[in-house]
Amino acid sequence: MKYQSQKVAYAYFLVAMGLFGIQVLGGLLAGWIYVSPNTLSELLPFNVVRMIHTNALIVWLLLGFFGAAYYLVPEESEREIFSVKLAYLQLIILVVGTLGAVGSYLVGIHGGREFLEQPLWVKVGILVAAVIFLVNVSLTFLAGRKTVITNILMMGLWLLCLLWVFAFINPDNLSLDKMYWWFVVHLWVEATWELVMAAILGFLMLKLTGVDREVIEKWLYVIVATALFSGILGTGHHFYWIGTPGYWQWIGSIFSTFEVVPFFAMMSFAFIMVWKGRRNHPNKAALLWSLGSSTVAFFGAGVWGFLHTLHGVNYYTHGTQITAAHGHLSFYGAYVALNLAMFTYAMPMLRNREPYNQVLNMASFWLMTGGMAFMTFTLTFAGTIQTHLQRIVGDYYMDVQDQLGLFYVMRFGSGVAVVLGALLFIYSMLVVRREIIQPGPVAAPGE
Amino acid sequence: MPEILTKSRARNVFYGGSVFFVLVFVALTAQSHRYISRTSTAGMPLTDEVRLGKHVWERNSCINCHTLHGEGAYFAPEVGNVMTRWGVADDPEGAYEILDGWMKAQPSGIEGRRQMPHFEITDEEMRALAEFLRWADQTNTQNWPPNDAG
Ligand code: HEM
Ligand code: HEM
Ligand SMILES: [Fe+2]
Repeated sequence: MKYQSQKVAYAYFLVAMGLFGIQVLGGLLAGWIYVSPNTLSELLPFNVVRMIHTNALIVWLLLGFFGAAYYLVPEESEREIFSVKLAYLQLIILVVGTLGAVGSYLVGIHGGREFLEQPLWVKVGILVAAVIFLVNVSLTFLAGRKTVITNILMMGLWLLCLLWVFAFINPDNLSLDKMYWWFVVHLWVEATWELVMAAILGFLMLKLTGVDREVIEKWLYVIVATALFSGILGTGHHFYWIGTPGYWQWIGSIFSTFEVVPFFAMMSFAFIMVWKGRRNHPNKAALLWSLGSSTVAFFGAGVWGFLHTLHGVNYYTHGTQITAAHGHLSFYGAYVALNLAMFTYAMPMLRNREPYNQVLNMASFWLMTGGMAFMTFTLTFAGTIQTHLQRIVGDYYMDVQDQLGLFYVMRFGSGVAVVLGALLFIYSMLVVRREIIQPGPVAAPGE
Repeated sequence: MPEILTKSRARNVFYGGSVFFVLVFVALTAQSHRYISRTSTAGMPLTDEVRLGKHVWERNSCINCHTLHGEGAYFAPEVGNVMTRWGVADDPEGAYEILDGWMKAQPSGIEGRRQMPHFEITDEEMRALAEFLRWADQTNTQNWPPNDAG
């Protein structure tokens, strides 16, 4: 850690990991309700559990991004963060907002737009926190050295915060509501968050492989260009059946097919940098998470996204377990694993240690990734059967679900593996033990 | 990467191209906005009752079990076409009665069956909810879903 103020990232990462734990436990409970539907049905109905699961996910991923920015921007800009106090204030607002949201869900106070169920005051709190964050990192960025990594990171963060405005726009007309809802949801994960992902991945590659900055920077522009060129009009793959005009079927199909390109490019980028790199960085676990993230993102977003993105296919698969399969692997690969890569990289520095407990950390990678992959397969099988019986044969929804029980049991089993993996990860981050791998120099001179 | 693709060229292509696609996207969504309000959802007026119904739908977070036009959770049946499935898409009184009966019978308490919670909804709100679901059902969704099963 070169700059004292980078330390704020530590607090962000801790809170993020706590929420990660809550998220997967919520998911496990939701998965159990699928298996044994009477569980807690009067006390804590499925919709409340699901809101906690998805909201905790989004908030912790954002906290991870904010923390990553507070870690990375000083190092790239070569100066301290503009205001450490503001950074902590921002975190406090977000924590209060999150606890407030979970509390109100539990007593039945919530909105009803998927993922954006937060009560208005929490939404406003998030907006205030976002403004504080943007001011804080922008002033740091503007005063210091500007690199391509920070350029792209700042652009992604600014745009994603601006898109939050659409969380407040809820037209009475349901179809309009849906159209603008995707401005937050799709333009986050398939446009602005991709910029953040590319920047963080670029930073990790720079540190872990020692490849020249020039090479990395050129790749980054190509990656983010393909991301936005495909992802913006690719929003059309959600405008097939919600009351929007028919031409979206072609625009959405064609452009969202190209959305595979940036994910393929990020995977290639990561592997080529490692292959070209001369540095043998001791933090092997961070490297594993970085490569794993870009690979699983390619499968989850790229392959599983393409699977149902053409309108002729989506007509039948829309809103089935196929969607859930894709949602899980894409979020896990692109954003969960990327955040865990950043935590794994930064924690040793933040806690003033050499990389430690890497074996446990790497075991958690395989356990979690194996669990998520298995969950994706079971949901894909369930979704295929569902699509056939319900959408083609025309059997009633509940009758079809009754035949999918075995898959839901297997999904629950894979969920147990994911929860164990997550707990193991948190343990390997927080509980310091004897070093397992002989440390080399943590950072070579020059970087 | 080839030398013709210098860093500054790559950057300029990125900025220029992104602005271009944003402009195209904004123009298309503006057109879609008009199409939605004037054509695809114009089959039934967007009355205050429908508005209230949407509010009731949101307040109870129905979306986190059901799909509506295929979006939402996958735990419970599609409701974008439920009024068609029940055969009351053009019958406000019938829609209210069948929905009211359904909601009052929940939770079913049947062992091993997914449970729908009990909701506190007044008679006026229940009528509004039925109208909202009828309103959603008449939207032109490009013939989705493929059949009445939803
Ligand atoms: C990391 C990037 C991505 C993430 C995190 C992600 C996540 C999700 C999620 C959570 C949904 C469900 C939304 C809902 O609740 O209705 C969804 C839907 C969808 N995604 Fe992605 N996605 C990503 C990338 C992609 C890509 C690259 C493609 C296409 C190649 C794609 C194609 C689709 C399609 C077609 C749907 C609609 C499914 C339906 O009709 O039910 N996604 N995505
Ligand atoms: C313990 C492991 C997990 C289990 C058992 C689990 C289970 C579930 C269940 C049952 C749902 C509701 C599906 C429905 O609507 O019917 C859900 C939704 C969702 N979960 Fe998980 N989950 C787990 C982990 C995760 C992880 C690690 C992520 C992020 C990578 C994640 C992201 C999501 C998302 C984005 C949705 C909404 C999907 C959509 O709308 O398409 N879950 N999960
Ligand atoms: Fe999308």
